[in-house]
Amino acid sequence: MDFFDRFAIPHASPAIYASMVAIGLTVIAIIAGLTYFKKWGYLWREWLTTVDHKRIGIMYLISALLMLFRGGVDAIMMRAQLAVPDNKLLDAQHYNEIFTTHGIVMIIFMAMPFIMALMNFVVPLQIGARDVAFPRLNALSFWLFFMGAMLFNISFVIGGSPDAGWTSYFPLAGTEFSESVGSNYYMIAIQIAGLGTLMTGINFITTILKMRAPGMKLMKMPMFTWASLVTNAIIVFAFPVLTVLLAMGTMDRLFGTHFFTTTNGGMDMLWANFFWVWGHPEVYILILPAFGIYSEVISTFARRNLYGYKSMVGSMVIISLLSFLVWTHHFFTMGQGALTNSIFSITTMAIAVPTGVKLFNWLFTLWKGKIEITTPMLYSLLFIPTFTIGGVTGVMLGMSAADYQYHNTMFLVAHFHMVIIPGVVFAMLAGLTFYWPKMFGFMLNEKIGKLSAWIIATSTLLAFVPMFFSGLDGQARRMYTYSESTGFGPWNMVSFIGAAGLAVGFALIVYNIYYSTRYASRDISSDPWDARSLEWATHTPVPEYNFAILPQVKSSEAFWDAKKHGHELFQGEYEKIHMPNNSGVPFILSCIFFVWGFSFVFSLWIPLILTTIGIFVCMAYRSFEKDHGHYITVAEIEETENNLRGA
Amino acid sequence: MKWVLLTFIFTIATVLTGCEPLMVLDPKGPQAETQAKDIMLSIGIMSFIVLVVFAILIFMLTKYRASKQSKDYEPPHIEGNIWVETICVGIPVLIVIFLSIVSVQSNNIVEATPKGYGDKEPLIIYASSSNWKWHFSYPEENIETVNYLYIPTDRPIEFKLYSYGPITSFWIPQLGGQKYAMSDMVNTLHLAADVPGEYMGRNANFSGKGFAENTFNVKAMSEDKFDDWVKEVKKTAKPLTEEKFAKLLEPGHLGQSTYTGTHLEFLPPPEGENGGHNHGSSHSSKAEKHDNSSETSSESEHHHQ
Repeated sequence: MDFFDRFAIPHASPAIYASMVAIGLTVIAIIAGLTYFKKWGYLWREWLTTVDHKRIGIMYLISALLMLFRGGVDAIMMRAQLAVPDNKLLDAQHYNEIFTTHGIVMIIFMAMPFIMALMNFVVPLQIGARDVAFPRLNALSFWLFFMGAMLFNISFVIGGSPDAGWTSYFPLAGTEFSESVGSNYYMIAIQIAGLGTLMTGINFITTILKMRAPGMKLMKMPMFTWASLVTNAIIVFAFPVLTVLLAMGTMDRLFGTHFFTTTNGGMDMLWANFFWVWGHPEVYILILPAFGIYSEVISTFARRNLYGYKSMVGSMVIISLLSFLVWTHHFFTMGQGALTNSIFSITTMAIAVPTGVKLFNWLFTLWKGKIEITTPMLYSLLFIPTFTIGGVTGVMLGMSAADYQYHNTMFLVAHFHMVIIPGVVFAMLAGLTFYWPKMFGFMLNEKIGKLSAWIIATSTLLAFVPMFFSGLDGQARRMYTYSESTGFGPWNMVSFIGAAGLAVGFALIVYNIYYSTRYASRDISSDPWDARSLEWATHTPVPEYNFAILPQVKSSEAFWDAKKHGHELFQGEYEKIHMPNNSGVPFILSCIFFVWGFSFVFSLWIPLILTTIGIFVCMAYRSFEKDHGHYITVAEIEETENNLRGA
Repeated sequence: MKWVLLTFIFTIATVLTGCEPLMVLDPKGPQAETQAKDIMLSIGIMSFIVLVVFAILIFMLTKYRASKQSKDYEPPHIEGNIWVETICVGIPVLIVIFLSIVSVQSNNIVEATPKGYGDKEPLIIYASSSNWKWHFSYPEENIETVNYLYIPTDRPIEFKLYSYGPITSFWIPQLGGQKYAMSDMVNTLHLAADVPGEYMGRNANFSGKGFAENTFNVKAMSEDKFDDWVKEVKKTAKPLTEEKFAKLLEPGHLGQSTYTGTHLEFLPPPEGENGGHNHGSSHSSKAEKHDNSSETSSESEHHHQ
């Protein structure tokens, strides 16, 4: 094998060289900083080996925000390239790589960890548990995700990014038409991250079903916990499909099998089917936790209980079932005939009903409320109209005959950005601002927060509404350039301005974090928002064991009722608490997985064999390890509790 | 909230005052017309829903803001209301049922010979894509064109779509929606043009580097003129040989060209006995030759270290 060819930078462009230098300098700066401030031990003991769900949540959050900016830079470059006709900023190959990585990074490495961040941090607290069911597995999930993300992110400086679209349809993604290692990165990086996600799914289903506080029946769970339960059920059913699909794709690319090729009986439609059997439920894996966040935020700041709790739960369960029955609408134009298209057209439009139910329930939660507009609430209120536009255009896309005209156009791009950005990103930003005080012990600045919410919402409209029109005017997605005579120019210019606005909005959020870290008051109560569920019943910062005494739950708004009706949440005496020990194994195992993945991408068989052995050694070590955790004594608990109360 | 509304209204207004109609909403054939009607109908119904949501939201926000209420107001605990919830489910259900009926009907219309054209013999055109070109074979007329398409008006046209590489999508927005062209099966797309004119056609499905320029011109003309053009081609164009076609298939962009004869004779499309999903046994020796050559090239690159 010619090593130089394989490792060569495919785009010997100044931008790539600059990125390489930037990456190198950042790594050096981090290593130097850690050494200078003698933080290696701290990093290892407190973070890399942690099994605490709260810290894992925060690490997910940091990764998600980093990836948001990586994917955002891709987005800006794309919009800049298309802003004017016949632009020469990027060439076709570079553009193809950018929209491919933008899609993957945003869906798999930004939105997924963002929901995982909130799920990890909030769910155990919300159900009154001390941790997740399998804390060490949880750490492994995070590190596998993280290593998958890092492996994917080095692709553009070593060997080349994937360039066949985030859907990576074969035969285009096969070796015949996509010769660089880019698509190998796609197959293996997502595989590693996906394994982590699947483990999270199992972990959280167990946690929610088995570890709820006494008295918390299923129908008394807070809505975010319900959303998480349903989401993780979807994960457990959908992700194995992705695992198998990526394994088949890897075999096609590396071992010359012909599952999806154009020759020897390969079937390109099989990829499309499998991809969307995972891909469509994935959309709901992202949106349902977001719906959970909105439910929490809206009922908190309307100062009212959630309207239609039962129908909220019911609609989520129905959405989760329907999400598996609609995948064919992603390729109405593949020639399966009017009957099949009609069936999937109906199931697709049917999803609008439970989604509409949720929307109306939020609107009626405002009814007779006492609405206070804080930053998280502002995001939730801005979500309603923008998401409605995205949602109704989804119904339009569901009409199969009309879809022949929308398919593969900017109309589609506009639709899914108008649901994912207000749906998922706004929710995550709302959740970030809402839970920030619980995570870090101070509030984010409200003024800057609201300003960024307004800028992000208006920029979203500005960036994506024009695409509805350019799509109807015949602009296909993924075109790196167009001529002036097409008339797409003005639409794309407006989109570019919107994209720039989004960049400003996100930069403001970073500024807000910086500003609040420096100037915000540390003197906040454990319940700064006057909220309703159990996560606010414990101290800020949350002690390692979450609750000194497990709470007794009587309603779906346990903490609110405790505050208003004087229910006693914490009854009984302190007892010693059993907690899991920290472990370096998840981190080390994931590092080995990183090397394993890298070897796979470049077909380096010897390192691949060695790392495979390493993976099994780690698993064997774990299975012979005698680690039964430790106890926190009553004296320690008393000391912690007294300190926190004093703080 | 006002900003959002204003931006939305502003954008809509800009469009409505725009001078040229959007391509998809400016149909020149019966299939595109069915689709444009569906689109306009759904835009109407969906605007209604959007307005209802906006109205409720604005009402709630103006009436129930904390700043407009007394300090000691305690919001009540409301579980839900069977009537409100029935309406919130019922109306969307009715809308979805109505749209489903429209959708199913329209899908059957666009998948069949265009309405009002039933009594005419359809013109069959094989449209195949290769990186990054379109090849149009007219088997009846025994001619072939590259990157442009002449069609008669007032006659149904049956496109047979397939590909010599990645999945592509054949799309002439003003005549009707698109369909995929794939290497292992032939898809049929029924279109027709009512009005003579020139239309934009393109591959709408991403197929690699040359995708953006993967377009073709469509010219619709009266049947007489079309017949004249066919005669002219037969007189002037060179025959399409196997070697010539193999050259055309090489990746890259080409201008327009015209040939007598079609490639269907020496390189049959993946239909019938050459059809896809044959799982290993290719009946066409020529096709096999083509397959093998591409396969060895990929093998040599990735399996010999």
